[in-house]
Amino acid sequence: MSKIIMTVDDSASIRQMVSFTLKQAGYEVLEAVDGKDALGKLDGAGVNMVLTDLNMPNMDGIELIRSIRANPASKFIPIVLLTTESQADKKQEGKAAGATGWIVKPFKPDQLLAVVKKVLG
Amino acid sequence: MEFQIIESHREIYRSEAFELLSELETSLLAMEEAPGDSELIGRVFRALHTIKGSGAMAGFDDIATFTHDIENVFDLVRNKELDVTKTLVDLSLKAADRIRSMLEASRGGRPAEAIATADVTEALRQFASMREVAEQNMPEISRAVSEEHHEEKTFRIHFRPDREIFSRGTNPLLLLNELRQMGKCSVIAHTEAVPDLEQFDPEECHLSWDIILTTDQGVNGIKDVFIFVEDECELEIAAIDGPGMEDEDNSPKKLGEILLDRGVVSPKDLKEALDSQKRLGELLVDKGAVQASMVESGLAEQRHVQAVRSRQITEEQASSIRVRAEKLDTLVNLVGEMVTVQARLSQASASMKNPDLLSISEEVERLTTELRDNTLSIRMLPIGTTFSKFKRLVRDLSSELGKEILLVTDGGETELDKTVIERLNDPLVHLIRNCIDHGIEAPETREAAGKPRSGTVRLAAMHSGANVLITIEDDGAGLDVEAIRSKAIEKGLVAAEAELPEKEIFSLIFAPGFSTAGKITNVSGRGVGMDVVKRSLDALRGSIEITSKRDAGTSITLKLPLTLAIVDGLLVAVREGRYVLPLSAVEECVELTREDVALAHGRHITLVRGEIVPYIRLRERFAIEGNAPEVEQIVITESARGKVGLVVDKVIGEHQTVIKNIGKVFRNVEELSGATILGDGTVALIIDVPKLVQSVEVEQCSVH
Repeated sequence: MSKIIMTVDDSASIRQMVSFTLKQAGYEVLEAVDGKDALGKLDGAGVNMVLTDLNMPNMDGIELIRSIRANPASKFIPIVLLTTESQADKKQEGKAAGATGWIVKPFKPDQLLAVVKKVLG
Repeated sequence: MEFQIIESHREIYRSEAFELLSELETSLLAMEEAPGDSELIGRVFRALHTIKGSGAMAGFDDIATFTHDIENVFDLVRNKELDVTKTLVDLSLKAADRIRSMLEASRGGRPAEAIATADVTEALRQFASMREVAEQNMPEISRAVSEEHHEEKTFRIHFRPDREIFSRGTNPLLLLNELRQMGKCSVIAHTEAVPDLEQFDPEECHLSWDIILTTDQGVNGIKDVFIFVEDECELEIAAIDGPGMEDEDNSPKKLGEILLDRGVVSPKDLKEALDSQKRLGELLVDKGAVQASMVESGLAEQRHVQAVRSRQITEEQASSIRVRAEKLDTLVNLVGEMVTVQARLSQASASMKNPDLLSISEEVERLTTELRDNTLSIRMLPIGTTFSKFKRLVRDLSSELGKEILLVTDGGETELDKTVIERLNDPLVHLIRNCIDHGIEAPETREAAGKPRSGTVRLAAMHSGANVLITIEDDGAGLDVEAIRSKAIEKGLVAAEAELPEKEIFSLIFAPGFSTAGKITNVSGRGVGMDVVKRSLDALRGSIEITSKRDAGTSITLKLPLTLAIVDGLLVAVREGRYVLPLSAVEECVELTREDVALAHGRHITLVRGEIVPYIRLRERFAIEGNAPEVEQIVITESARGKVGLVVDKVIGEHQTVIKNIGKVFRNVEELSGATILGDGTVALIIDVPKLVQSVEVEQCSVH
């Protein structure tokens, strides 16, 4: 059974790129437009990993990570933060909130897959 | 000192590069025949890549830069963006030549002509830029060169994640798996921190790991694995073993040293423990100086390093060791001495009739024989390396002469003594040139004669007893018997009315200055060549035979001994003198009685099973005084000149003969090819049978 990865981003083009890359590599992909949407879709979906953007309307990435970690059911799933280089402090904040790793935008499909492989196995 | 090291590095690189270049040529030529073969393209690419990469390492920046351009082109080929064409192969071969001359220049040879190199570079760039990629790739080399040459090193990684690591979604096992993919890896888990069951929180990580990893990816590669958890774990990475890091005695570190190194045990504890002569690990644990898992981890490190080192050693053994040829020559000489001494030992022990000594001497004999065979086999090289050189020769020559010629090789794996192979090179070049120039006709002529346009030259090697046969065969015009005969008559080599069998007419072409070529070309026709070939082969104790059919082709067979240093010989005696006849030349031994001599009416011929065989009396030939015994022995030898008997007093038996040169004074004595030392310390002369027969023939002719 292929693993399910959720990509959370308000930018449709990013979601599309991530989704396309991951599907090519044989993962199943769930898309969510923001933190709130993500939390709603996570429940019972058996998601193995979350890739989330930082800045999103409704609920941002940091908040999303905290919520995911607060839920015993999703406490241990790997979460990777998509950041830009200028957001070094945000990276730290994300780590503190419980992010597993990060990937710096812009990234190439190979880099994305390498990170996914790293945290998801 | 430093300079020397660099120089030796460079020398290693040079010899490696020369090998790679010939492989490159082979692959390029094969590629021309099979342009789509991705395996071949890959091989070319790899060869170039290594030449470039190692070149930069060894300080051959000119080569690295130059090779980069060819590599670019082949990168395109590999990605199927460029097709393999004759132009490309031509250009690549030219480039290989440039690299070779750069290598030679660095060795102190003629400096490489910068202009020619620049020309090739220019042409290569044009090739690459047809696809607009050349410039783009430029900055990548420096990186590729520096990156890919991490040598394999062993690291000790201590990894203790924070307890809360799970709650950040990290699975430490994945990190360990990632390390395992980087190279040989031993992982030891430390479980001491795991609390009792009542206090155990399954959501926390209590484990820590020691990982011993042998990888070529360097410390940064390892750090990358832990990039997401850097701040949430204790991580120590230390290089513990690798090139240049071996201890002086070259053995892996002792457990005590490892624990000391890590600072987990004090020198005092260690010393006390060592003093009490029990197993160090147990002792330290007993003392409570160190935890059991630390000891285990230390032991694992020891095992790992040992395993890696022994693997490196086996790898080296499996591939090859470079040894200077002189060292091998010395070894062969020593083995030769050994064989001689062993013969003396056998003889002495046999005369003493001491059973203990006898059994020892037999054992020594067995070992010596084995030693001899093994040592000689070290010097054996497959002849294929020489063959592939000729592919290039044929290709260049045939295009120069406007002929279409295909070289087929066979039996390249046949092994021959290194010296023989080396000395065989020039004769083979001559013979192949002859095939191409005289043998194979121009394409038009061939078509007119109903043959395929392109001619074939077949180069084959095979074993035949103690000899190797090398055949050069072409499907060309064949030898013109009449032309050779009239030329020979003109030169006064044979009498005009002489009736010669074909075989002997063919052998006339080995006479010095003999050439029937109408015009002198660049390639041949100057009449030097065949006699040189003959002489080189004689020096190698080999023989040469020609068969040819008009319009069907010529076949030249070279018969060579496997080795030059030691031969099996037949030991014979004439009065006190001992002589050795190479066993390969000996057919059989028969008796010669006074009666036989009387029957022949004083002529030196005898009848062996109905066949008339002329003989030579060594006693007469070497002017040995005294009378022959009642019954003499004839050793019948077979050579290119037919069967000839050599009359001796006594045949002693087979003898393993270590050939020694007989020194400058005797250089002109053609009938002897060397000398050997016998078991009792006396010297026996080795007779060059063909030469002896020849010189007797010459004398006989001048008498009559």
